[in-house]
Amino acid sequence: MSTKRFTAQILGLASAALLAATVAQADPAAVIRVGSLYEPQNLDNTAGAGQGINEAFNDNVYEALFRLNDDGTVAPVLAEKHDVSADGLTHTFTLKSGVTFHSGEPLTAADVKYSIERVTAETSKSSRKKSLSAIEAIETPDDKTVVIKLKSKSISLPYNLSYVWVVNDAAGDITGKEDGTGPYKLADWKRGSALSLEASDAYWGDKPANAGAMFSYFTEAAALNNALLTDAVDIITSVQSPDALAQFEDTSAFKISEGKSTTKQIMAYNDRVAPFDNVKVRKALARTVDKKMLLSAIWGDRGMVLGSFVPPTDAWYEDLTSVDAYDPESAKALLAEAGFPEGFTFTLETPNYDPHPITAEFLKAELAKVGVTVNIHVITANEWYTKVYQAKDFQATLQEHVNHRDVGFYGNPDFYWGYNNPQVTELVASAEASDSDAQQADKLREANRIITEDAASNWLFLYPQIVVSNTKTTGYPVNGLNAQFFLRGITKE
Amino acid sequence: MGRYLLRRTFVLALSLIAAGLVLFVLLRLLPGDPSAALLSVGADEAQIAAAREQVGSDLPIWMQLGKFLSDLARFDLGKSFVSGAPVLPEIMTRLSVTLPLTVASFLLAIVIAVPLGIVSALRADRWYGGLLSAVSQLGIAVPVFWIGILLIWIVAVKFRLLPASGFPMKGWEDAAGAFRALILPVVTIALVMSASLMRYVRSATFDVLGADYLRNARALGASFPQALIRHGIRNGAVPVISILGIELASTLLGAVVVERVFALPGLGSMLLLGIQQRDYPTVQGVLLVSTLMVLLIGFLADVIQRLIDPRLRETVAGR
Repeated sequence: MSTKRFTAQILGLASAALLAATVAQADPAAVIRVGSLYEPQNLDNTAGAGQGINEAFNDNVYEALFRLNDDGTVAPVLAEKHDVSADGLTHTFTLKSGVTFHSGEPLTAADVKYSIERVTAETSKSSRKKSLSAIEAIETPDDKTVVIKLKSKSISLPYNLSYVWVVNDAAGDITGKEDGTGPYKLADWKRGSALSLEASDAYWGDKPANAGAMFSYFTEAAALNNALLTDAVDIITSVQSPDALAQFEDTSAFKISEGKSTTKQIMAYNDRVAPFDNVKVRKALARTVDKKMLLSAIWGDRGMVLGSFVPPTDAWYEDLTSVDAYDPESAKALLAEAGFPEGFTFTLETPNYDPHPITAEFLKAELAKVGVTVNIHVITANEWYTKVYQAKDFQATLQEHVNHRDVGFYGNPDFYWGYNNPQVTELVASAEASDSDAQQADKLREANRIITEDAASNWLFLYPQIVVSNTKTTGYPVNGLNAQFFLRGITKE
Repeated sequence: MGRYLLRRTFVLALSLIAAGLVLFVLLRLLPGDPSAALLSVGADEAQIAAAREQVGSDLPIWMQLGKFLSDLARFDLGKSFVSGAPVLPEIMTRLSVTLPLTVASFLLAIVIAVPLGIVSALRADRWYGGLLSAVSQLGIAVPVFWIGILLIWIVAVKFRLLPASGFPMKGWEDAAGAFRALILPVVTIALVMSASLMRYVRSATFDVLGADYLRNARALGASFPQALIRHGIRNGAVPVISILGIELASTLLGAVVVERVFALPGLGSMLLLGIQQRDYPTVQGVLLVSTLMVLLIGFLADVIQRLIDPRLRETVAGR
């Protein structure tokens, strides 16, 4: 055999082997390399760690009694059984057996009690603290049983408990370490750059489809995108602008998935002050803004226009875009009826980061069409909290509201936007006291219709949730509700 | 010289204290409350009050200042409002990225700029002398982040020769990885820095070439290279060293931009995040440490100049 032919044969064999490798199955020893813009500030979700800690730890390192699934449904995790008393005020949870923390200690009812009280504690900075305020007392009759007594009925209790990490009550300060029951344990954490997780051998449930994950953190979206382009990461958890997507057009190398986020860009008025205390004025401004055009200016053909505050992953969602649809002519008439035939001037408090400044410019141009003049006042996130959120010293503001199931904010007349409709307040409260999920959804749907008819705020658009990965990586969540990023199902060839 | 050192050290300490006070006051003149960094939409009054207490923004400003100064006297830069971690060890970790980055860029810039600057002066009449001068002019005009983005695109994305960004999780324990991670950022800074440095070396060389002592040395029989090395470099180095001091200081501070472009966990990215989150202890700590380093660099440059040039030791300032 000539050397040439021999070489050719070797090459042939090699390429066959290569081909075999590319159709190969998922590699259980693979470590999923995740690129993210959301670095956790510490490792404790009740200590102001930011959304990055939910992304890295929810259901990965820490589990809860329930889990908020990627489709918005709630499923039991550490709770094996959940009984509710006839009056709806006593919830009894039976814990799964054989569950241990990463430190080796078994899960007991005392740990669950401790974990809930961590969130409701005085010092807790959890944004979920208020949602658990219905809890009167937590009892632990035995190691496997947790009894939660409520002051008032709370249909959302399982949902709210999905935000409560179950932490070992002996763990102490967890801002720099963890002790959860999840399928992964913390392997290493380097502030400012990366966090790595490895599969825990002692996990009570099914083994994850991979051996671990490595989160790399970036402050610059361009650097994040480059990391995926150069194969330094397998997946990036959120793309912040559509411009970047052109780089990932090569479908043989990259996959772009678009899910439904819960991040809503809104213009909130201070409904307490004139002229925004006038529903006609609010409706007029809602009809003046071509939201479709705004959305396409910011997100191209992605995301969706909002007709109300409720995103499609909430069970009480309905399409309300036809209420106060784009119609500048009728807006002018409404303004005249309200006593502003020549329009008026107001100041729009605009956070200094994307996409708010662009949205503000767009709104200024749109509202000018009906004679309304917008003074754009740019503020930092920090000023927003002190001036708008706390002091309520504003006329109107732009903000992105990221929470899931947050239409209840409109039931609180003391909230920063000051929307006060007793009927809505009553509906939101009675929805919480519902006996079934369906009843709750009906009441909140009704409340949302009223809020929408009142044009309480100007709901502009819902951000798309865009995840980009290489084609070898599959099985990741696409909606990322509550900023979660479930790792256990992700596979890599 | 001894008295000079003593005096200069005193000035250094005084400047540092003044810088600390200015920082403290300026940060607190900004609108907004630092406790907001810990909160999110949905926080109630009790949570807001607890957050204010935790960061100390509920105290009167003079009490905050008193605490800041007494901590500082014990070399305690406080704990981050946001992460709760002590600031000083974090700064030290970050310096393990920023210092090598700055020093390596600086040395590389000198290696590029000094020979090229001398050549472009000596051969100003040739085509390549002019070309070098033109290129350095261009280098001054180009912003550093643009060079960084360009290098990433060509070297990392197109040819996959080096990582586009990041730093190994194990830091310098993974020496090869750390080294590779720093090549592109170092080249980026060095290219921009050497452009301006070259202009200074060039004009210093021109000054030396026209100097009487060089002509006299030649007249006494030294060859041109001999005269240049024996007398020219030493004389030319004096103004270049003060420029080098300034350049090194501005590289240290300018690393903010490069660290961001290359996603390096250095001092600059720590500062940037601290500012965004209104994390006073972090911002104060990083700025104080950088101020200290800049002052030290100025101090060293002054001392070196006096070692090289005996004439400076006798001036009024050098007494």
